[in-house]
Amino acid sequence: MDTNEKNKIADLVIKHALKCGADQVAMAINDNSTRRIEIREQKIDRLQESIGNSLSVDLYVNKKFSSHSTNLLKEKEIMKFIEEAVEATKYLAEDEFRYLPEKELYYQGKGEDLKTLDPAITTIDSKTKIDLARAVESEIFGSDERIISITSTYFDNVSKVLLADSNGFRGESDSSTAALAAEVSVKGETGRPADYWAEYSIFFDKLIKTGIGKKALQRTLRKLNPRKIESGKYKLLVDNTVSGNLISPFISALFGTNLYQKNSFLDGMTDKRVASDLLSFSDDPLIVSGFGSRCFDMEGLNAIKRPIVEDGVLRNYFINTYYGRKLKLQPTSGSTSNLIYKTGSRNPDELIKTIDKGILVTGFNGGNCNGATGDFSYGIEGFFIKNGEVVHPVNEMNITGNMKEFWNTLIETGNDPYPYSTNQIPSLLFENADVSGI
Amino acid sequence: MYIKRREFIKLSGITMAGSVFIPPLLQSCGRVPLSNDASGYLEHFEVTAEQLQKVILTAMSKGADYADLFFEHTKSNTASLQDNKVNSALSNIRYGVGIRVLKGEQTGFAYAENTSLEAMLQAAKTAANIADSNASITEFPVKEFQPPSFYSIVSPWEEISIKDKVPFISSLNEKIFAGDKRVTKVNISLNDTTTYILFYNSDGLLTWDYRPLTYLTARTIMEENGRIENLSISRSYRKGFEFLTDDLVDGIAKESIEQTSLLFKAGRPKGGEMEIVMGPGRSGILLHEAMGHSFEADFNRKKTSIFSDKMGKKIGEEFVTIYDDGTLPNDRGALNIDDEGNPGEKTVLVSKGVLTSYIHDRISAKYYNVKPTGNGRRQDFRNVPIPRMRSTYMENGPHSKDEIIASVKKGIYVDNFSNGQVNIGPGDFTFFVKFGYLIENGKLTDAIKDVNIIGNGPQALADITMVGNDLQFSDSTWNCGKDGQSVPVTLGMPTVKIKKLTVGGLSA
Repeated sequence: MDTNEKNKIADLVIKHALKCGADQVAMAINDNSTRRIEIREQKIDRLQESIGNSLSVDLYVNKKFSSHSTNLLKEKEIMKFIEEAVEATKYLAEDEFRYLPEKELYYQGKGEDLKTLDPAITTIDSKTKIDLARAVESEIFGSDERIISITSTYFDNVSKVLLADSNGFRGESDSSTAALAAEVSVKGETGRPADYWAEYSIFFDKLIKTGIGKKALQRTLRKLNPRKIESGKYKLLVDNTVSGNLISPFISALFGTNLYQKNSFLDGMTDKRVASDLLSFSDDPLIVSGFGSRCFDMEGLNAIKRPIVEDGVLRNYFINTYYGRKLKLQPTSGSTSNLIYKTGSRNPDELIKTIDKGILVTGFNGGNCNGATGDFSYGIEGFFIKNGEVVHPVNEMNITGNMKEFWNTLIETGNDPYPYSTNQIPSLLFENADVSGI
Repeated sequence: MYIKRREFIKLSGITMAGSVFIPPLLQSCGRVPLSNDASGYLEHFEVTAEQLQKVILTAMSKGADYADLFFEHTKSNTASLQDNKVNSALSNIRYGVGIRVLKGEQTGFAYAENTSLEAMLQAAKTAANIADSNASITEFPVKEFQPPSFYSIVSPWEEISIKDKVPFISSLNEKIFAGDKRVTKVNISLNDTTTYILFYNSDGLLTWDYRPLTYLTARTIMEENGRIENLSISRSYRKGFEFLTDDLVDGIAKESIEQTSLLFKAGRPKGGEMEIVMGPGRSGILLHEAMGHSFEADFNRKKTSIFSDKMGKKIGEEFVTIYDDGTLPNDRGALNIDDEGNPGEKTVLVSKGVLTSYIHDRISAKYYNVKPTGNGRRQDFRNVPIPRMRSTYMENGPHSKDEIIASVKKGIYVDNFSNGQVNIGPGDFTFFVKFGYLIENGKLTDAIKDVNIIGNGPQALADITMVGNDLQFSDSTWNCGKDGQSVPVTLGMPTVKIKKLTVGGLSA
């Protein structure tokens, strides 16, 4: 669906919703295409292609609010969809805080190119992509008798969204991702460990295309024959591929919805210490070719770089306009863009050498965090470190603590921000973590 | 994005940012009402049997062994209460057809979001590319199959107005607030989802399904001396509007107050290995994570499951029998047909301690040369079917709950969970305990909460040393995730004792 078609649908939706009795309307129309190729035992295991469209509409009718989505996009279907949705909204209770953003908050730029889309992805033929996935498997196929299964995957996605509302805002954003991955299982004495490696890029040309199979195999083999260690206090070096899991409940506690619902252990902590002074990160939507880069968010709010935590002190929450009004806080944005961290000077190998007794955490297994209190408990897997050396893999263990205290035990950050995520977090070193094992 | 293949289950929470409802909204959307036979469903999707044959012919045009068409029309409405008012609503419509083509164990897949012949043929051509020769089969019969009925309903949600739903939501809110002075906030969501399915494959099977699904969830926030605790309690069934009753509302309100109150008394235990008693009902999460996922035949076909060399072998005590069942009346996990057209059934996974069946989809059943078990499921028409659980539970055993607890000198008792996960290859599973108790000298003592428990599937199964005679099913809103696809499931269990698992907790 091209921009003209989307604009026509936007005109239709807004005009018709207002005509049906809505006071305000916001809508998004998305078109999305994906291709996925999986190779297993040197054959194509799955070939999947899809192109999809969807329309979502937020309606504000007599101070009442509802939100609707559909993928039935013929004009007649849209008209009926709108009519029924507006009518239905009238049965709801009023909510004085529900209305479109104040006009001064909107993005008013001219559509700077943040280079988040590679149009070439959709023009590259299937054979090239299949061959890439085959090559990933071929790197390791038959190379080690302990291998049980290898699945290599090529994946790409192109997504374009048009936002429009009855305040006059209209903006289009787009993004693409290409990925190559390998997942490997091997047979050990006590189990069949699996691990993977994946490379991502916005641009097909920049996608790293070699070494993926080998890295996945190496990551899997090192996990063979793990064993539990004794419960106690340990240093934890959390690998940059999984340290994002650990900060996820911290980020979640910064959202307006959780603050309002009393489900945030960081409520009332603006300009107060919430972590060790080694934790500093910002939300930066404007970096060129970031996976989360954008000129405006899903409400159309102007994207601005903001410090979130500076030297361990909380500076900003993630607040959309609705919860901003309810909490009497200035809106920032209701969602994260690119989280960029202040990094340390040493790499993980150098950090391992500093650890007398600890665990290199390379995976989390389940667990949860109580958003209201910050109490957490997670399953972990990784490697036991003694006197600066990796000794053996560990599994079937838990770490337990409280987020408010835990982030104060951060004693060093790595120099290795994870580049393939909107959350570019480095490896993190904590002390005195409660680990449960034998 | 590439999705790492970890399998998990979680209870639906409440998303308040822009939630929920609707009257019969969108029930028609240009689609005709339907009768309960193939003709009604063909008409609903505006297709003919001849068109389906043409699409299958195209899907098979490059020499595939098999092809199927999965038509889906889903309408979902959610009404939400926040700040004592039902003041937001959400609806979603999903419509389309997924076209799958198989060549041996290889899969080609594409979908169309409208059911015009042109769109379907285009998708069929794409999916056909998994094969690379000439068609060997060119004629496809049409054999209608009337599916069984495990979720008959009284009042379809499509005929129910938001006005009829609001009083139940408001009543639940009032009852929770009235139940305890410490309640400061309540959030409630009521969802109803109606799905129409039409299925046709190259074997000529033409079948259909009408799937209602509903849940009511309340999240209660209490404050006491500056301490805040919250808990979500929900119920979910494949039922119509008759789901909403005063008894349902009373039950959720009572449980919300009781369970949230208990959290104020609970602390974190000392961590480490210990005996675990799992209470009846929600403890079925153990079966789901520790065994169920590892029994899914795609993992076993690929030899990545730790159970892949255990078929026919003794893996537990004589009193351990485990089912995966799609036939429980109006159960959230029930299926008249799975998403590959196979009728729902009750499958014995473990019989008297012996592994008797994996959980199969079409590809794995063919690989193992067994009958499909009705477990081929998909999140929606945009995804391929894979082996998935339905309602997974353990049969009653010989012990009483009291004698199980009395047999433990030092351990913990758990019966309230929020989520779980498993790593298939190593078989390591976890579940997160929202609430439980310490057991000291055969008695429940201090309350505990918010700890993760981790163990190894085959070991835990072998370590089940006592099974109670008090099987209960959990009717909470369980969602199971695998390969990026979420499907509704349920679970059940009698009280069981496990010799040893690792409990997350504080150091001494």
